[in-house]
Amino acid sequence: MNQPVDLSKSLPNANGLFGSFGGRFVAETLMPLILELQDEYATAKNDPEFQRQLAYFHGDYVGRPSPLYFAERLTEHFGGASIYLKREELNHTGAHKINNCIGQVLLAKQMGKKRIIAETGAGMHGVATATVAARFGLPCVIYMGATDIERQQPNVFRMKLLGAEVIPVTSGTGTLKDAMNEALRDWVTNVDDTFYIIGTVAGPHPYPAMVRDFQAVIGHETRSQMLEKKGRLPDSLVACIGGGSNAMGLFHPFLDDLDVKMIGVEAGGKGVKSGLHAASLNGGTPGVLHGNRTYLLQNEDGQIIDAHSISAGLDYPGIGPEHAWLHEQGRVEYVSATDDEALEAFQVCCRQEGIIPALETAHALAEVAKRAPTLPREHLMVVNLSGRGDKDMMSVAHHLGDKFGVKNV
Amino acid sequence: MSTIQHNVMNDGVKKTSRLESCFAELKQQNRPALVSYLTAGDPDAETSRRLLHGLPKAGVDVIELGMPFSDPMADGPAIQKAALRALENGQTQAKTLEMVRHFREENSTTPIVLMGYYNPIFCYGVERFLTDAAHAGVDGLIVVDLPPEHDEELCTPAAQHGIDFIRLATPTTDAKRLPKVLANASGFIYYVSVAGVTGGSAPTPERLESAVNQLREHTELPIAVGFGIRTAAQAATIGRYSDAVVVGSALVDCIENANTPDEAVEHVHGLVSELAESVRACREVSEDHQF
Repeated sequence: MNQPVDLSKSLPNANGLFGSFGGRFVAETLMPLILELQDEYATAKNDPEFQRQLAYFHGDYVGRPSPLYFAERLTEHFGGASIYLKREELNHTGAHKINNCIGQVLLAKQMGKKRIIAETGAGMHGVATATVAARFGLPCVIYMGATDIERQQPNVFRMKLLGAEVIPVTSGTGTLKDAMNEALRDWVTNVDDTFYIIGTVAGPHPYPAMVRDFQAVIGHETRSQMLEKKGRLPDSLVACIGGGSNAMGLFHPFLDDLDVKMIGVEAGGKGVKSGLHAASLNGGTPGVLHGNRTYLLQNEDGQIIDAHSISAGLDYPGIGPEHAWLHEQGRVEYVSATDDEALEAFQVCCRQEGIIPALETAHALAEVAKRAPTLPREHLMVVNLSGRGDKDMMSVAHHLGDKFGVKNV
Repeated sequence: MSTIQHNVMNDGVKKTSRLESCFAELKQQNRPALVSYLTAGDPDAETSRRLLHGLPKAGVDVIELGMPFSDPMADGPAIQKAALRALENGQTQAKTLEMVRHFREENSTTPIVLMGYYNPIFCYGVERFLTDAAHAGVDGLIVVDLPPEHDEELCTPAAQHGIDFIRLATPTTDAKRLPKVLANASGFIYYVSVAGVTGGSAPTPERLESAVNQLREHTELPIAVGFGIRTAAQAATIGRYSDAVVVGSALVDCIENANTPDEAVEHVHGLVSELAESVRACREVSEDHQF
């Protein structure tokens, strides 16, 4: 393995590049703003007052630190590695997304922006954005694919309750990528007063690095919690990946610890070979979309292909550029789990631990189901329980309703 | 301000580009260029070919030909729909280049600028694309998502193939950033009249004129104005002080609204003629030019 030194701190470079991935592939209209954001973020990163506020809101508002929980029953069920769940689903709003939204809304305030926009897939980032916009008294517009609105009704209602305007996006396939196109169009039109809170470790520089830094609280906590519980670092980390923010948040503080194995789980949909999936690294090629170069699902002519996943939050034809780079470096192993495997793992988690995970998270659990049985009990495996599954009741009922005698939820 | 020597061909022989000749001639005539935008392959290959071949006769001076992309995030609904229509009917990068090559068989003077997004070019392969584009007779490129920070991707290699790289300046381009935007620009400068997407709101006339005049202090390249220009009257107003007026979404709408391919061709060329007449006359009216 070609392992660079001090991996975690050196990248991206000044141009926002992780190797050949990342960058700032945006329209000129946005460039001055993106450069300003980069400067503002660089200042905030080293500003004790900004960091104090971030820590305050992460603590008293979000409810951090989230517990690192030893999943005893799941461990017994799989009969192998000791499984620990990083309980991000216990955060305010029910997922890891708010860690990042708090950071970005503080920046928006600092930059004097008057309006917040965001894209959302499953609705978790939309809810988290609507939440912080409400808390900080800023008007908020959320772009959401019309298809996703159908399958994530509870989150649409939550966003509206929180005062956000939810705009259905019908262009393209009406999913996350189209919502991101539409949010970028809004931003380019309202560039003076609007802050775009991107929900994952993608988009033009500095977003991939900034979102990673805000989410890295997950990995930092995991590190100290595991040291406290077991006196050593975990042996492996497992997380699901759409854009890849929960995975990057968990992985990043461990990148220099070469004994810690990392596994990112993409959405395999109906199977990577079927062509109906959202596994950009396992089934895609490098390209440029939404401001960065990364692995994309695309045809040979560079046209983006629709992603397919049971989980709206993973249904994106790209992946954060740092993941693309870590994939090529071989530092992180990227695998995939199918819809069916995720649904199965979803049920196991419900029954064994009394925790209803998000369908996104269930993909990580599906990999645990494959891997944990092959490992000894001394192996400490941490799974990022990135979100809770309340929002997925309708989707799951659609797939499993008959089994439970449920017609509608 | 000088630009890089973009028109030095590989063999080292400097030749005047089609864009240079075109703008030089129009300067003589004291009128702005009419630049039309259509998406290659919209609504289908054959109609698109007819549309393209008829543009010079209808009065277009510079042709912008869109390379369709599935996710055109700097474009409004009209041009996005045009791209999707073209893609659904099988348009590819290779076919777009073939269209240009075919056009050049009967027209060797009207400059053609390909406009689009980086990904289809990146996937085609930058060197292969530039070689094929140069052979086909492409004069310039406008690639919306390649700011000067990424010049090494396409702008610099394009210059080596004798293809101009047309840069966009926008209302958000401040004095600090402008030199960076202009540094490697060639062909002409495309001033984006409003912060927004194509086909959006109309620009404010006074603000636009002062922006163009300011820009002129920093570049000797011709300045084209586009985004939100739909009518002959708008084109005439803007053409009084700019070197070129770009009309895109209004033409693309003619295709969208047409019931038949014949009707699309007729309406697009009809609107082009109207615009052409208007830009040809725009500096004659109540202006006291010194000749």
